[in-house]
Amino acid sequence: MKKIEAIVKPSKLDAVKQALQEVGVRGMTVSEVKGCGRQGGHKEIYRTMEVAVDLLPKLKLEIVVRDGMVDKVIEAIIRAARTRKIGDGKVFVLPLDDVVRIRTGETGDAAV
Amino acid sequence: MPHLDTGDTAFVLISAALVMFMTPGLGLFYGGMVRSKNVLGTVMHSFIIVGIVSVVWPLLGYSLAFAPGGSPFLGGLHWVFLRGVGQTPNADYAATVPHLAFMVFQLMFAVITPALITGAFAERMRFSAFLFFVPLWSLLVYSPICHWVWGTDGWIRKLGALDFAGGTVVHISSGAAALAAALLVGRRRAAGSMAPHNVPMTILGAAMLWFGWFGFNAGSALASVGIAASAFVVTHLAAAAATLSWLLVERAHRGRPTTLGAVTGCVAGLVAITPASGFVGPMPALFIGLVAGAVCYGAIQLKGPLGYDDSLDVVGVHGAGGIVGALGTGLFASKAINPAGANGLLLGNPGLLTAQVVAIGAVLGYSFVMTSLILKALGATTGLRVSEGEEEIGLDLSQHNETGYAW
Repeated sequence: MKKIEAIVKPSKLDAVKQALQEVGVRGMTVSEVKGCGRQGGHKEIYRTMEVAVDLLPKLKLEIVVRDGMVDKVIEAIIRAARTRKIGDGKVFVLPLDDVVRIRTGETGDAAV
Repeated sequence: MPHLDTGDTAFVLISAALVMFMTPGLGLFYGGMVRSKNVLGTVMHSFIIVGIVSVVWPLLGYSLAFAPGGSPFLGGLHWVFLRGVGQTPNADYAATVPHLAFMVFQLMFAVITPALITGAFAERMRFSAFLFFVPLWSLLVYSPICHWVWGTDGWIRKLGALDFAGGTVVHISSGAAALAAALLVGRRRAAGSMAPHNVPMTILGAAMLWFGWFGFNAGSALASVGIAASAFVVTHLAAAAATLSWLLVERAHRGRPTTLGAVTGCVAGLVAITPASGFVGPMPALFIGLVAGAVCYGAIQLKGPLGYDDSLDVVGVHGAGGIVGALGTGLFASKAINPAGANGLLLGNPGLLTAQVVAIGAVLGYSFVMTSLILKALGATTGLRVSEGEEEIGLDLSQHNETGYAW
């Protein structure tokens, strides 16, 4: 089992969701997050006030998959979220000790 | 014997209601510009003033502003508790509407004026100090200035200065008070982004102000007559012109025209046309609006270099805009528009402009000094500011024990 965390542009959510469905991913958790990286920020001006916005809004998708699915899922995310411009985001793959489905108590691959 | 006119009475009462709507509108205008932790505290400043001044005015404030038997500097005590203020018109001020209608129209002006000041000390004023500040300011600053400018024996009125709807009484007085307040309350402790938390709320507030301003200026004719239509039109034109000129200057200076700039420009135009609204025609109104947008844009740039934290730009918009309007009245006023007024400099009468300058100086000086004294006294007793910790968690939670937005 692996946990895949993908940081993507908010405007790419629908495309990524659809691509994930096509490769058979049915569960995910999506959060609104802010972050910084190579994209840098911008300046906003309110009357006389300059506000440096250096944390940009992104979405974080958390997906848990069986080991055999990892490459397909990463490919799907990249295909859907890529614009080739700075700010497209990142995909992290993390090892996962266990998963428990609360309703049934199932664990491991059966609970994914 | 004064004769009551039903059309005039209906117009003045509706105008009073329009002006009332401006103060909660101002609360939203200001509320959108602060951080989300201070939204309720900021809206509350405007809202609670409707309560406070609506009690103080009938008890004492109205009499000190308008009652006979006083001096050129302060009204008498004949109308304390509204004694003698009833349904019969008062020929001195509005001969065709019930005296009570004139009183309540003026009440709405007395309400919004201190509310304008609250933008100068937003996000840090202690609520208890604020509750003392408002009635003191209303009685010691607003009522006297109102009497000087509009009272039958007021010294500025006798001087011949013109202020149709409150350029000096409302805007210059609140602008000068705002400067005193920003200086004496002190700067906000900056922490993180100080950006406005809800610009659409500010736009809604500005729209309510623009709408209500028709009652403010056209209603100041106190009768449904030609001057009211003239004031209505010039009010609208000046607001529109100032919206455009603010954006032009902003785009040239900063590269982008902003929504916050558009609504600030419109308010600057409304402020500037206020004293002139019953005395000038449409073309001078466009000119006054264009100048006001540009001048007020420049004026708000001063607070950075000069170091005072006039948080929501009361000095730059109401102070500077009020001065533009008072001078514009001195230049463009025409007896062809309003025979009860005077001709301005451009029609060959330099005397009016001189009177306007005296009025500006007197109101600026008196409001600044008296506001400073009130705040000094409160600073020594209740304290003006919330504590550092209270400022950090915000006025909503620290002063009112609630939050604007459930999460």
